[in-house]
Amino acid sequence: MAEQHLPERQSPLEPEYHPGSHGNFEHGVDVILSETRPGSILQLAAWPGEEKRLIEIIRKVAGLALPDGAGGGVSSGARAVFGFAPGKFTVVDEAEGLAQAFAGSITPAIGTLTDLSHGRTAIRIAGPKAEWVMAKFFAIDFALPAFPLGAGRSTNHHDVFAQIQRSGADQFDIYVFRSFARSFWKALCHASEEVGYEVQ
Amino acid sequence: MLITCPYCGPRDVIEFTYQGDGNRERPQPASQNLDAWNAYVYDRLNPAGDHNEIWQHSGGCRAHLRVVRNTITHEILSTAFARGGHKSADNRAEGRS
Ligand SMILES: [Zn+2]
Repeated sequence: MAEQHLPERQSPLEPEYHPGSHGNFEHGVDVILSETRPGSILQLAAWPGEEKRLIEIIRKVAGLALPDGAGGGVSSGARAVFGFAPGKFTVVDEAEGLAQAFAGSITPAIGTLTDLSHGRTAIRIAGPKAEWVMAKFFAIDFALPAFPLGAGRSTNHHDVFAQIQRSGADQFDIYVFRSFARSFWKALCHASEEVGYEVQ
Repeated sequence: MLITCPYCGPRDVIEFTYQGDGNRERPQPASQNLDAWNAYVYDRLNPAGDHNEIWQHSGGCRAHLRVVRNTITHEILSTAFARGGHKSADNRAEGRS
């Protein structure tokens, strides 16, 4: 991948990002909150009938094999992908430059590529009470059988649209609009106070 | 009230936006048939019972859906992607939720 010379990104969470333990943590920290700051966040969309070709391109370019089914996904270390709508996928990479890697493959006949790397903020919640805290925000089933490992969900919290991927048995990655990220983050911190949380 | 999105599964109605009566047939944009336009704009079946509706899962996958809803009980009888074309309430065949 070509070396990138982009300016360093500022986090929209910064004024409210306070590493350390907070809330009710005397008996232990039950969730860990962090900003994962991926270098690339892309949305790929296939025209009707071109979904299989797009899934094959994702496998070739990103090395991620999408499982069958609505909202299916996979999270493997530095990269992740999940379906968020019919024929549409979010692809994430720790490194910058994933859009350039896809640009040659996704022709206008297959679909579209939208680079949202600067438009979304990725927030991770992990720990034994992650499902509990998430359930206070979103009216969807976070239990492992209903929301399997790697799967993605599109939903919203008070009209703040969110894409959620389960990246671990007790870990979720939440993608929100950058412009709403600080407000969402503050709400997430408040909601985590009762269980004790650590910002990393 | 829950609506089962064919992509996302059962979701609260707050995630959806009503897009209007699903029985309307829109005339071709160039049509000058005033009766057809009048029917499209004003005529509604307004049934007490099963009703074809168009909804959008605006707070989720954003797909447009064909929904059959009972206007008396609010039961959602079926949902399907709008993309598949139009089906009437009496002809519903797929996606019973
Ligand atoms: Zn949906």
